[in-house]
Amino acid sequence: MASTLNMFIYFLIFPGLLFTAVVGLLTTWVDRKVSARVQWRVGPPWYQPFADILKLLGKEIVIPEGAKRTGFLLAPMAGLAAVTVVSMMLWLANMQGVGFVGDLIAVIYLLTIPSIGMIIGASASSNPLASVGASREMKLILAYELPFVIAIFTAVSKVSPMSLKLEAILEHQAANGVLLGHPSCIIAFIVAVLCMQAKLTYPPFDIPEAETELMDGTHMEYSGPILGVVKLTQAMMLFTLPVLFITLFWGGLQFTGWGLLYTIVKYVLIVTIAILIKNTNPRVRIDQAVRFFWGPVTVLAIIGIILALAGL
Amino acid sequence: MSTLIPIGPFHPVLEEPEYISLYVDGETVEDADIDLGRIHRGMELLAQEKTYDQDCFLVERICGICSASHSWAACRAMEDIAGIGPTDRARYLRTIVHELERLHSHMLWVGLGGHILGYWTVFMWGWKYREPVLDSLEAITGNRNHYAWYRPGGVRRDVADEVWPVVLKRMDEFAAQTEMLLHAILDDPVILGRLKGVGLLTKEDAIRYGTLGPTARGSGFDIDVRRDEPYGAYSEVDWDVIVRPEGDCLAVAAVRLLEMLESVKIIKQCIERLPGGPIANEVREIPRGEGVGHVEAPRGECFHFIRSNGTNMPERHKMRAPTFNNIPSYRPRVKGESISDAVLIFAIIDPCYSCTERMAVLGPDGRRALGSKDLIALSHAKTEELRKGS
Repeated sequence: MASTLNMFIYFLIFPGLLFTAVVGLLTTWVDRKVSARVQWRVGPPWYQPFADILKLLGKEIVIPEGAKRTGFLLAPMAGLAAVTVVSMMLWLANMQGVGFVGDLIAVIYLLTIPSIGMIIGASASSNPLASVGASREMKLILAYELPFVIAIFTAVSKVSPMSLKLEAILEHQAANGVLLGHPSCIIAFIVAVLCMQAKLTYPPFDIPEAETELMDGTHMEYSGPILGVVKLTQAMMLFTLPVLFITLFWGGLQFTGWGLLYTIVKYVLIVTIAILIKNTNPRVRIDQAVRFFWGPVTVLAIIGIILALAGL
Repeated sequence: MSTLIPIGPFHPVLEEPEYISLYVDGETVEDADIDLGRIHRGMELLAQEKTYDQDCFLVERICGICSASHSWAACRAMEDIAGIGPTDRARYLRTIVHELERLHSHMLWVGLGGHILGYWTVFMWGWKYREPVLDSLEAITGNRNHYAWYRPGGVRRDVADEVWPVVLKRMDEFAAQTEMLLHAILDDPVILGRLKGVGLLTKEDAIRYGTLGPTARGSGFDIDVRRDEPYGAYSEVDWDVIVRPEGDCLAVAAVRLLEMLESVKIIKQCIERLPGGPIANEVREIPRGEGVGHVEAPRGECFHFIRSNGTNMPERHKMRAPTFNNIPSYRPRVKGESISDAVLIFAIIDPCYSCTERMAVLGPDGRRALGSKDLIALSHAKTEELRKGS
């Protein structure tokens, strides 16, 4: 009984939904503030993302005529649940060493659910621009998923014995130093950060949303609380992905003394890289994005894993 | 199978309501139709019901960006009828304001280009750099836009000498900023990937569609009213017409960016050589007759025709903004391109619709009765009729 209650607390409060949402929204504030400073604007106060979500929660949901109601409303919920579970798994692995065999596979799998949710939701909305956005999102997933998985398996292959458990990767790093010390893992880390940009649909890969082409594409028909869920999922992804990379490549999260500060520095650094890429690039076309991920990025990822297998 | 993707009438990219139908197969555009006529304001009729002096203010309202071009073109048409030209000082003052307008119009377009590409940093920076130009215009004419500056025979107000050093300093800063943007944009591989080879318009098509301004010059069609039929002070200062032969979006962007540097050159020379004397010749009345005035607006040739019957109001005032000529060239440009580029290609002509709107046919229910294809078919039928008649 107690363990069930614990799981509920883990899922809903810490480190699940509530915690991830709060930190994720704070991170989007960092994103908005840094972007504003880069663009010579002032930027919003720290509570702006919370105010936005609260405002959306109080608004009406408009379901477009001809939309498939269930799919339209449930798809974003699935995305939110998936990213919450990923966040919970990562934090539990870091804090208590709790996990199960092959939890890394579950993480990879669950991280694609928000994107697939957006595809289903946009297709259910029966809007032509949203369906173009959905088809672009689909192409984008096909493009970045391969190098992303290769990059993660580079980290896995560095651990001896090879293990798909997050906990084992963390233990290996605690004993032998962080994986980022190896050239192969530096390459894998770069590939992973590029894929993160596409997973977050940040410029230059904001192709499915493309405000000026598709008027927010996949998000187009969402309104009110359900749009809040979509935005919240994005904010939580912005929090979860850097935590995943820190766990895999950079020694995991520490919670005591200087370790806590170091963890925050690592996190902010990864987020800042994403924000800077976002602000110094225009949007690319979908065919250019696919070519980019299947060409240079996949080649880079394969070089990384070959180096890793060669022991570098 | 082709799907219809609507762009507009209200769309984040279009500052004004306009409707483009894109017929697409997957992501490839097969055909496009542009439906003008959503912001018709009856400017021509209005101009015929106001006096010549009032018309100078009215035509500025055609466009918020090229207000100086329209009022200068109208003034040239009136001067053409009256046979009285501007004074020397007025010619230089007019040229300075006209070129400042080109600077802020082109910089606005650079910002919008960034916005369309999802490159918010360029959007914000471009518009920040545009601000000192507007401040200069305010220092010279008293207004950031709608300068109320041109009148038949000259300009309305004189400018104090203290203003010029400030403007010259701002121009130096602006030139440096433009150089920086030029390199940031034209050397960025991702921007090059988006612009290079996209939206090709051959020189033949540019001539056949009657394109104007930077749109034509980006396709190697070397026309510029400022050089071909010099007015103002353009024949007395040293500057170049920028022409790029490639015809893609990158070429048009490069033409606009490089033109800004030329405009800075013109403004600096005009300020240095600014003659003294009166700011306007008195035009007492506009006699009976017809006059034509045209200037090179930021988007291309702006054309005004006025017929006078000897009263204080024009009998006919015809205006043509450059976007009217440039919009049809969208079709050859966009065919075979992807939807991602469709909006970008549309924006490459720097469209300005409210200046362009001339007519719309409405049915009894208040909805549009005729689209552009119907109007073209009607026009063909009329031509056939005339042929048979003659």
